[in-house]
Amino acid sequence: MFFSFEEKKLRKVPRFANACGAITTTKKGAIPALPSDKKTLACSSHDLLFFQTKAPFSLTRSVKKTKPANAMAMALRLYLLLLVFLSSAIVSFSLYEDQVGLMDWHQRYIGKVKHAVFHTQKTGRKRVIVSTEENVVASLDLRHGEIFWRHVLGTKDAIDGVDIALGKYVITLSSEGSMVRAWNLPDGQMVWETSLHSAQHSKSLLSVPVNLKVDKDYPILVFGGGYLHAVSPIDGEVLWKKDFTAEGFEVQRVLQPLESSIIYVLGFLHSSEAIVYQIDSKSGEVVAEKSKAFPGGFSGEVASVSNDKVVVLDSTRSILVTISFVDEEISFQKTLISDLVEDSGEAEILSPLLSNMLAVKVNKRTIFVRVGDQGKLEMVDSLSDETAMSDSLPVADDQVAFASVHHEGSKIHLTVKLVDDLDTVLLRESIQMDQHRGRVDKVFINNYIKTDRSNGFRALIVMEDHSLLLLQQGAIVWSREEGLASVTDVTTAELPVEKDGVSVAKVEHTLVDWLKGHILKLKGSLLLASPEDVVAIQEMRMKSSGRSKLTRDHNGFRKLFIALTRAGKLYALHTGDGRIVWSTLLKSPACARPSGISLYQWQVPHHHAMDENPSVLVVGRCGSDSSSPGVLSFVDVYTGKEISSSDIGHSVVQVMPLPFTDSTEQRLHLIADTDGHVHLYPKTSEALSIFQREFQNVYWYNVEGDDGIVRGHGMKSSCSGETADEYCFTTRELWTVVFPSESEKIISTLTRKPNEVVHTQAKVSTDQDVLYKYVSRNLLFVATVSPKGAGEIGSVTPEESALVVYLIDTVTGRILHRLSHQGCQGPVHAVFSENWVVYHYFNLRAHKYEVTVVEIYDQSRAENKNVWKLVLGKHNLTAPISSYSRPEMFTKSQSYFFPQSVKTIAVTSTAKGITSKQLLIGTIGDQILALDKRFVDPRRTLNPSQAEKEEGIIPLTDSLPIIPQSYITHSLKVEGLRGIVTAPAKLESTTHVFAYGVDLFYTRLAPSKTYDSLTDDFSYALLLITIVALVAAIYITWALSEKKELSEKWR
Amino acid sequence: MFSSSSPGSKKDLETRLLAFDDNLRTTTMAPILRSTPLAALLVFQISLFFFASTLPISSGTEDSYTITGRVRIPASTAIGHAAKFSNINVVLNGGQNITFLRPDGYFSFHKVPAGTHLIEVYALGFFFSPVRVDVSARHHGKVQATLTETRRSLTELVLEPLRADQYYELREPFNVMAILKSPMGLMVGFMVVVVFLMPKLMENIDPEELKRTQEELRNQGVPSLSSLLPASR
Repeated sequence: MFFSFEEKKLRKVPRFANACGAITTTKKGAIPALPSDKKTLACSSHDLLFFQTKAPFSLTRSVKKTKPANAMAMALRLYLLLLVFLSSAIVSFSLYEDQVGLMDWHQRYIGKVKHAVFHTQKTGRKRVIVSTEENVVASLDLRHGEIFWRHVLGTKDAIDGVDIALGKYVITLSSEGSMVRAWNLPDGQMVWETSLHSAQHSKSLLSVPVNLKVDKDYPILVFGGGYLHAVSPIDGEVLWKKDFTAEGFEVQRVLQPLESSIIYVLGFLHSSEAIVYQIDSKSGEVVAEKSKAFPGGFSGEVASVSNDKVVVLDSTRSILVTISFVDEEISFQKTLISDLVEDSGEAEILSPLLSNMLAVKVNKRTIFVRVGDQGKLEMVDSLSDETAMSDSLPVADDQVAFASVHHEGSKIHLTVKLVDDLDTVLLRESIQMDQHRGRVDKVFINNYIKTDRSNGFRALIVMEDHSLLLLQQGAIVWSREEGLASVTDVTTAELPVEKDGVSVAKVEHTLVDWLKGHILKLKGSLLLASPEDVVAIQEMRMKSSGRSKLTRDHNGFRKLFIALTRAGKLYALHTGDGRIVWSTLLKSPACARPSGISLYQWQVPHHHAMDENPSVLVVGRCGSDSSSPGVLSFVDVYTGKEISSSDIGHSVVQVMPLPFTDSTEQRLHLIADTDGHVHLYPKTSEALSIFQREFQNVYWYNVEGDDGIVRGHGMKSSCSGETADEYCFTTRELWTVVFPSESEKIISTLTRKPNEVVHTQAKVSTDQDVLYKYVSRNLLFVATVSPKGAGEIGSVTPEESALVVYLIDTVTGRILHRLSHQGCQGPVHAVFSENWVVYHYFNLRAHKYEVTVVEIYDQSRAENKNVWKLVLGKHNLTAPISSYSRPEMFTKSQSYFFPQSVKTIAVTSTAKGITSKQLLIGTIGDQILALDKRFVDPRRTLNPSQAEKEEGIIPLTDSLPIIPQSYITHSLKVEGLRGIVTAPAKLESTTHVFAYGVDLFYTRLAPSKTYDSLTDDFSYALLLITIVALVAAIYITWALSEKKELSEKWR
Repeated sequence: MFSSSSPGSKKDLETRLLAFDDNLRTTTMAPILRSTPLAALLVFQISLFFFASTLPISSGTEDSYTITGRVRIPASTAIGHAAKFSNINVVLNGGQNITFLRPDGYFSFHKVPAGTHLIEVYALGFFFSPVRVDVSARHHGKVQATLTETRRSLTELVLEPLRADQYYELREPFNVMAILKSPMGLMVGFMVVVVFLMPKLMENIDPEELKRTQEELRNQGVPSLSSLLPASR
């Protein structure tokens, strides 16, 4: 009969509405009583419908009824009315100030440190100024490692140098030596900013005079972009500049001898001629110039070994050249590296600023070379380990010390030696080091005078996983996990289930304590609490509910966020308090340190293989090139142990999780390589047989952004060839979409999240109309822009730029929809969920940002609204949904202005997809705005009818509102925001939100408020008091009534 | 349009495109610039000729200019945590350049080519309107600025917040009226009305009629409150 699967779905709609109504009417009071999906489904499946017995409109039993269509509509209307009643007020996120930190946490980072300058005066706070690879300049407390202040510069504003001038300003050089800024040392306020002229790309150099006197005679010297500038440290004024662009001159070393007004500038011309300019530091006049050609050519860094000598490698990297340049003539002196060490190879100068000493890395060995008076070189020491070296540091009595750190087993050895006398060891310390921090990358040392007048040393070290540690007196004083500032991919994982016998944390001590606590809460919510009470409440909240326990909870609020960082380290962060549960540095047999690319859920046991721990798949590669071989690593989520890692012998271009799992719940993955082959993982015969069953139904696509081509592929056959195994398959190209390169350039592509849950396909409006969402997983959103408009705002006129968006079916290659915006340009930030796409772009005509929503509906199912058709079986709901069929679809779209630049957009996701959605917009101010999806609904009109208002349609406005209370980051900033990840909790109303950038931020959101559970604020005390009062009242009135009755009887 | 502008360079591509043609749905969005803003823009464009002389002139070489402006935050609206200048970023063209404020509130963008640009100010606790800045090549880097939110043109590039943002809900102080207005309060209120005012109404009813109704009720056997409870009678 016609009771097909599809109709069952349809029947669910009124059933659900009925159930909702039923449950809602049984719940009274101020608590929002929209039932949970679970309850509703339970209710409808047991046919316990309150309405069913007497209401005439339950479609399930009412085939004979005369007006079932009307009845169904009534039911739906009831449901909608309920929804409207519950959500009529525009729900913004809204948080009270005392709730900060209850559900959210925020962690501040700076990134991998590039330069560090210590500021340890005798008085005042001791601090270290650092600049990092995330373009952050920051001042850290040397005692505890906390951030005093920091500034995140723009993404194109990489910091080249940092130093302290005049003892009170932090000077940064950025943007390839064209921007100098001075920051106030105590509070980080920018004091001045100077833009320097630059004509060409070149390396940049910052030289800050060491003396502390406020004197214009000692300017800051900056080389960059072919110019040498002298900048006053007081106000940033450019005192003079010298143009070296014409000569192709590259400055290598600037020398400012003390008590002299002459500056020596040493540079190379076309890497084959050394030139020294003597420049008057007051006027910038060239006093003298001398040059000498070197036929061999130079390469790499120069190492300045003394005030008049530098050492540089020649172009073959096998000869060290000593250049003395202060005397009358420039002189070269060559020394073959093979003369110094036996097994010579390509050399690299390690540490450029050791006086009279040079550290050279040859064949993984570090050799120390002393420079004699006549420029003669001799080897004095060598270290076989890979050693990290610090710059030299002047200590007392004109001596210079340096630090070196090398590994030995699980320990690192820090050694501080005098440069002049390598046998004098000032400090030798061994420190136990976590294996998962990798090797030492950089060392910065600083000295202090101990109470016994000897020198003490502290060393700031940067590890391979980007973490920053301060070593002092043989111990790690503090450490910062700076790897988390460069998160590349995030996934979620469940915590282990609580085992029987494991004692649950002490619930509540006694009833009295419990009541006391709740009365305190009640006082707090009525604002009757005294300041001490407030403190007690806050403390109680922070401790409560064991939110940082390492087990799964009933609501799914406790979870792990697994984050992969650029350094190839995996961190598991607890949602409760943000602490690192475990971390592991990826290893590979093929290369020392693979770089991480992406993260997938590999095994999530929930039906079978329950005794196995879930695991994640980390895809990495050896090397930065996309054709370099890939590495797969499987990591146990509970323990953080690497289960196995393997070199896969082919490159990784694209990783596609398939919707199939094997009997141990390992998900099947396809990995495409550069040769156009795909490889199946896991490599088991079971996986192969599952895959072969679905062989014909597997399609994939790739986007060649530079060429403007989108290609669709299908599976063809097994790989042929000798090296191929049975898990390798060839593919055939099915379709190609070529965008004309002269008018369109792909700037953004996007698909739906594969694990997204859609609750219902039907969308019912109040005018008794049903719209069917076109819910397809095979949709690709592509945004293209005219090549001229691909640049920045302001580089193109409205007439020259057009933005075109496409919706492409990735199985057939059909373009389902095309929408063009004239006079608009990128960047496009988009989000794709269910049947809608929302994207953000720039409108050049209005000179404002715009947000457009496109919703896609299935036209072919739109005819099924007539119930008679259903009854007579004349409907197409039983027709199978096929990816090959040509869908009849229509779209609705609408555009709005948006007053801010956007970095990223995400959407909330819940367990069953019932809860309404919110867009999470990461603004360029590094805040995250939660915007209700109802604001981007193409059915918004200027004057919605009464029925539409009941449905919750908001009157159309030309721009989207920014409600400050709906910033989920409240008064925090997620500096350098790059991405937002959402994950559903078990509770339908709630979703986890994790935002990463330089900072990390986590919060829990309930887009329609927590309708399925009581909030933490729920006052049990009030409830209890009310009940007690009611019972008392009943007995009192009973007594009174009895008395009255008695007296009446006596009368 | 996609299909017409691409020449049939490849044979397979051509067939591909033909296949698209019938199901290609092309909708050209009308720009959401409606008539009033257009008019306002026109008025603004005209008015610029008069304002031009008072606007700041940026300095620079032939093709790149410097835009200098100032951010002013009224002291009265400053909310503790956000009033410091050191936390304020000024963003040019959606992130192309980011700069910071000097102690006196001034900022500048260097090496900006002539054209129409967008400046945004981000300060925690305040909402600033983005500013459309036209740098004129003909007038040696003359700068014309308009707030895009209010469409107000600025005579000098001094940016002030449109509003102060309050990120937290304010807790209502304990209020008897608020409790009475809540659903619970209304229910209690209604009960009180029933308990105390209904007897008053009963008094006005004719005693004989009352007796009759009471009789009827008794016949129907409506239980009284006392009979509901145990151990009564």
